[in-house]
Amino acid sequence: MRSVVPVLTVVAAIFAIWYLAAIWLNAAWAYDKATRSGEELGVVALVADTWSQEKPKLPAPHQVGVEIWDTTVEKKITSKRSLIYHSWITLSATLLGFALGTGLGIALAVGIVYNRTMDMSVMPWVIASQTIPILAIAPMIIVVLNAVGISGLLPKAMISMYLSFFPVVVGMVKGLRSPDAMQLDQMRTWNASPSQMFWRLRLPSSMPYLFTSLKIGMAASLVGAIVGELPTGAVAGLGARLLAGSYYGQTIQIWSALIMAAVLAAALVAIIGLLQRVTLRRMGMA
Amino acid sequence: MIEAQNLDLTFQTNDGPVHALKDVSLQIDKGEFVSFIGPSGCGKTTFLRCMADLEHPTGGEITVNGVSPEAARKSRAYGYVFQAAGLYPWRTIGGNIRLPLEIMGYSKADQSERVARVLELVELSGFEKKYPWQLSGGMQQRASIARALAFDADILLMDEPFGALDEIVRDHLNEQLLHLWARTQKTIAFVTHSIPEAVYLSTKIVVMSPRPGRITDVIESPLPKERPLDIRDSPEFLEVAHRVREGLRAGHLDD
Ligand SMILES: Nc1ncnc2c1ncn2[C@@H]1O[C@H](COP(=O)(O)OP(=O)(O)OP(=O)(O)O)[C@@H](O)[C@H]1O
Ligand SMILES: [Mg+2]
Repeated sequence: MRSVVPVLTVVAAIFAIWYLAAIWLNAAWAYDKATRSGEELGVVALVADTWSQEKPKLPAPHQVGVEIWDTTVEKKITSKRSLIYHSWITLSATLLGFALGTGLGIALAVGIVYNRTMDMSVMPWVIASQTIPILAIAPMIIVVLNAVGISGLLPKAMISMYLSFFPVVVGMVKGLRSPDAMQLDQMRTWNASPSQMFWRLRLPSSMPYLFTSLKIGMAASLVGAIVGELPTGAVAGLGARLLAGSYYGQTIQIWSALIMAAVLAAALVAIIGLLQRVTLRRMGMA
Repeated sequence: MIEAQNLDLTFQTNDGPVHALKDVSLQIDKGEFVSFIGPSGCGKTTFLRCMADLEHPTGGEITVNGVSPEAARKSRAYGYVFQAAGLYPWRTIGGNIRLPLEIMGYSKADQSERVARVLELVELSGFEKKYPWQLSGGMQQRASIARALAFDADILLMDEPFGALDEIVRDHLNEQLLHLWARTQKTIAFVTHSIPEAVYLSTKIVVMSPRPGRITDVIESPLPKERPLDIRDSPEFLEVAHRVREGLRAGHLDD
């Protein structure tokens, strides 16, 4: 309860700044229109106009709110104009990519921790892979996969995977190495096999690290899925909405897709956070 | 049981070699309770770790149960109790004790039976379902001893198991440990910093001194096997304690 007041204060401040920025950024267009029609613009009329333009530079919060309402609650989910439909398209690529990325990340981390050669050789490549701008590599992945006959969900998921495996590798390598020397020695005194050591000590010890990585990986995954929708001229998905919006100067549509993406990311990360809390508490690690 | 002949161990560190053990010879017979005492850095832990095959001597011979430490470790000939209890937070006390049993492939029924038995041995019956954080430090250390007792190792290697506990708890645990030793007939090698603890527990006290780590005195205790806590006020006890103290002082004077 104590946290409600500060949170509301911050939200109110954001809205205030947003509305003011909308006036400032959209005023030029409002004056333009007024001059052309030879009208004199009062303060009230100016503010009213900047908050209700059809293609504003910066739409006001309520415009975005109305757009989101219209395209979610008011539309059938199957409709091509439903934001829920587009979100689902992006979400499915995100989740698939996240699952693939997590799997790849954990597999690489296990390899790095258990295999000296991989330890020496893989990490530099993993880091190099992330220094390439995703916007540069995304079209290539899509084109190459299309050429071998893979299209639709999978290419987008691959880009999500490309972004999300990285935090998982880094976190899991650290996590799998987190047992201290005494714990490892202890296992040695019992003559534990490497696989017993992994399942009974290294993996459970790595859980706090895994969950932290998963949160970052999930957010990266969503970015990947959206970016993956941009270069293909995809017709569906939040990325497609962003792209279509920018072609036609539909800023309200862009912003509502952006907000939707943010809400989606927040919800996904929150779910992982919840899993983290429950799991770690049950494991006595929180 | 355990036999070391002219054992040498030099660690190569960035600041040059550290001579942790020099010319250490010692025989520990079956059923003995041997304490190692000496100033910090004299190689007590290192010696114990050599017995456990956690450290490899650079010279000399050591056998455990008549075989190499490695073979002894692989045949699970000893239980090792570390200074910290090292219980897994995600396992219950019972689950922690079961851990080495799972690793060694004991059957489920056997596991449960053994867990119950060792919990009783360290007076923790009823705590099987509790998690480590629900137990005091002394109880956790007892659980870790139970874990080392759960499988049939004849040898118990203990590195300052009660170092982090207060004196009252420590006295109690010492008493319990003696009972346990009498009941199980294990051979125990026990590292400590406390003279009374060493004298109270041991049949043999090994005094060590540092730089390089070596044995300066081996004292066979004349105390009877039956030892109530107030034996510590008896003249025999005080005499042994005095000799240990003298041995420690002599080690220091060499520096
Ligand atoms: N892994 C290692 N690498 C390098 N030097 C080490 C290592 N382990 C121990 N030493 C050194 O060997 C010497 C003996 O250490 P050891 O831990 O056996 O002493 P100890 O008698 O157990 O001391 P304490 O009473 O403080 O536990 C010390 O000088 C220590 O710095
Ligand atoms: Mg030590």
